[in-house]
Amino acid sequence: MRTGQLTTHTHTHTHTSQETRTMADSDSEEAAVLDNTDLTSPESENNMINTMVERETALLKKIDINVAESEKRSGKNTVNMQETYTVYLIEIRPANAAEGGLPVGDSPWRRYSEFELLRTYLLITYPFVVIPPLPEKRAEFVWHKLSADNLDPDFVERRRLGLENFLIRVASHSVLSKDKIFYQFLTEEKGWREAVLETGFQDKADSRLKSLSATLRVKNPDKSFTDLKQYSDELNSAISHLLRVRAKVADRMYGVYKVHGNYGRIFSEWSAIEKEMGDGLQSAGHHMDTHSASVDDILEEEEHYADQLKEYLFYTDALRSVCRKHELIQYELEMAVLDLASKKQQREELTTGAVRVFSLKGMSSKLFGQESPEQRESRLAALQQSIQATEDAVLDKNQECREFMRMSWEEVKRFKEQKDRELREALISYAIMQISMCKKGIQVWSNAKECFNKM
Amino acid sequence: MSAAPVLSGDLEEDLDLEEDEDLEVFSKNPSLAVGSSVSSSVVQGSLVHSPGALVRSSGSMVNQYGLEEEEEEEEARGGVPTRDLFVTVDHPESHVTAIETFIVYRVLARTTRGDFDSSEYEVHRRYQDFLWLRGKLEEGHPTLIIHPLPEKFVMKGLVERFSEDFIETRRRALQTFLSKTAEHPMLSRSPQLKVFLTEQDLTAIKKQGPSFLSRMGDSVRAAAIAVRGVRARPQEFGAMQDYADEFSCKMSALDKVTQRIIKEQNEYLEELSQYGPLYSQWADLEADLAEPLRGVAGCLDLCGRETEEQLRHLTEVLQPTLHQYLLCADTLKTVLRRRDHIQAEFEAKNDALASSAVSKKGDLETLKEEAAGLEERVESANSALKGDWARWGDAMRNDLREALVSTADKNQDYYEKCLAVWETFLLSQKTPPGQEED
Repeated sequence: MRTGQLTTHTHTHTHTSQETRTMADSDSEEAAVLDNTDLTSPESENNMINTMVERETALLKKIDINVAESEKRSGKNTVNMQETYTVYLIEIRPANAAEGGLPVGDSPWRRYSEFELLRTYLLITYPFVVIPPLPEKRAEFVWHKLSADNLDPDFVERRRLGLENFLIRVASHSVLSKDKIFYQFLTEEKGWREAVLETGFQDKADSRLKSLSATLRVKNPDKSFTDLKQYSDELNSAISHLLRVRAKVADRMYGVYKVHGNYGRIFSEWSAIEKEMGDGLQSAGHHMDTHSASVDDILEEEEHYADQLKEYLFYTDALRSVCRKHELIQYELEMAVLDLASKKQQREELTTGAVRVFSLKGMSSKLFGQESPEQRESRLAALQQSIQATEDAVLDKNQECREFMRMSWEEVKRFKEQKDRELREALISYAIMQISMCKKGIQVWSNAKECFNKM
Repeated sequence: MSAAPVLSGDLEEDLDLEEDEDLEVFSKNPSLAVGSSVSSSVVQGSLVHSPGALVRSSGSMVNQYGLEEEEEEEEARGGVPTRDLFVTVDHPESHVTAIETFIVYRVLARTTRGDFDSSEYEVHRRYQDFLWLRGKLEEGHPTLIIHPLPEKFVMKGLVERFSEDFIETRRRALQTFLSKTAEHPMLSRSPQLKVFLTEQDLTAIKKQGPSFLSRMGDSVRAAAIAVRGVRARPQEFGAMQDYADEFSCKMSALDKVTQRIIKEQNEYLEELSQYGPLYSQWADLEADLAEPLRGVAGCLDLCGRETEEQLRHLTEVLQPTLHQYLLCADTLKTVLRRRDHIQAEFEAKNDALASSAVSKKGDLETLKEEAAGLEERVESANSALKGDWARWGDAMRNDLREALVSTADKNQDYYEKCLAVWETFLLSQKTPPGQEED
């Protein structure tokens, strides 16, 4: 069963897609639209235009993505050691087909590390996009019942859902969904890894060092981005803290419920020596057992809520990535501008002969005599060329910077709307879980009271 | 003491004796329906009282004009005399002397009894005084089941001698002890009880020699040394013994489980109190999301308060009740032991009589008299115990049932309140159509 949040997600899409269908050519196969960004407008005109855009660009409108199963495999890893790992089956079916729709592509089995590779590729290739996060690599924020073992079936199941969620989010994105590597990931069992590496995306990666020094030295990052970075940090901190304490609360609650199970046992034993109270005690004991057992389901449901929060916790990393990229581009722009300024400065010195700024060249010419006019001419020419190149570079960088800011800010806006919407739904579902828990409690204790009354 | 009618002989024929050792077998007298007449007229919450409140009143109608025989007959029939003595224990105060510091409680008594000079009394007593009273009652009625006192020390180590909670718990237990004693048809007539409730200064009376009261204690001890154990214990007392052992086991287990629940609940409450504010802190970072986040924070806060209430009920009602009945179980065993000693003493005397090592005729006569006296003692001890056992059983069932019902009720109430809190929150988050959850 998919998580509540996910269900709502797809429901919204199905809803809007039906509107589209009436407008569009009904013979068309294109039905379920997974991308929600283009269809927020209710006007039919817009819908028409959007449909046409969709038809031209979207690769994945027609599919439902399903991470259907998981399996344990054994194999040799990169250091030639035997290991056990889990793989997940990816199935794609046409969206509007009846239940028995045939799968598209190979239905490949993928392991977690391949998902990581895909995500890294997307991060580097589309740095202005807030890339959806993967479910956690290792179980964190556990309370005592959950095992932190990656092979634990509950963990595997929740991870399966998380991976499916990830793929659906990518497929819903107007830009990401068009990526060929992504499509191959979904459909081609063999050769995918090679295909990814062939794109040479790793070369495009910004080194950590470069990125870090940019962050530290950039002078004028856009205020929106600095604010965004601060928000990401604070949100990360807030959600981590929340998840940690939630786990502790869950642990304690588990304890309280489970100890009540002892009442069941003792009442039962006690009922054996009591004539009048025996029946009442015995049946009350059963209710205590019920009460004690009910906590397992309650806490399992809450795990889904925790997963929703975790997703947004991990989203903060994606936000920070975008901010870092902005800082990097901005820094490069600033460096280019400085570079240009310094070269112009040098040109001025060369042409006028005035040495305004201390330089080794200046010193050495003072000490060893001026250079010849020919030398100076050739140096000037080289400098002029360099300046030209640098001016172009500055223009390009400026352009890049502005493009990046525009595109990424669109992204961020979209992300914020999505976050507000989905987290609000998560909070509502949390309230519903609490209500369900309370109803169970009322039932149990009212039953127990009846039994006690009969004692 | 005149011979009291012995129950067992008559009733064993009337009732269906079951294999199980069971209170039912010994206690039931058709006229006393299974606890129902007593419970239906009982005011709720008999064990816990706010200071100054009255103890519960019993509904039984048997009159109580004081002839001992009539009283014993009433005992035999299981009737309870109309309440004419009400006691409360309150106002704990610290009392400091050069040597020590201790707590003194105010004890109020109200009575319509003729043998009391006044109708209202106020005295001040400390824990040791209660100990003295109970000791005297035991001496006077070795085979009656006297309600236990709260323990001298708390072994848990968490509670300090003068902490508010400890004092309050002790006060309630002392109150219960006195109330139950005042209700008891025989014990409420005890001269020591009267003295305890009426004399301003108890020290003089406490110093009065052991007198006849310790004689019984000595003789019981002597019997213990002389005798290897009771030989022909009647089956009904054997069954009582088994019951007492089992009951003690169960009460101990229940007491421990309840303490454990209280502990876990406390820890849950601690974590919960940190959890809610985190939603508020998160809300400070957000715009649109702030409102639902604060809503959740508010809900958690309210639920936390309800949890405190529920915890209080466990600590103040259920746990003390279970604990007291755990102590009662020990009393049961003690009382049965004493009865055995009394019978053993008689058997020893009989043995002495039977053995031919008697020289003079005068000695034989003396022995016969002594044996007869001991036989009477055995019979009266047995009947007192049986009657009181029945009485105790009814009270126990009633008290435990009340405590459990009240706990279940409180727990249900807790969930109902929390439910309301979350439903209010849901209402505030009116979702647009198409996004409803089940």
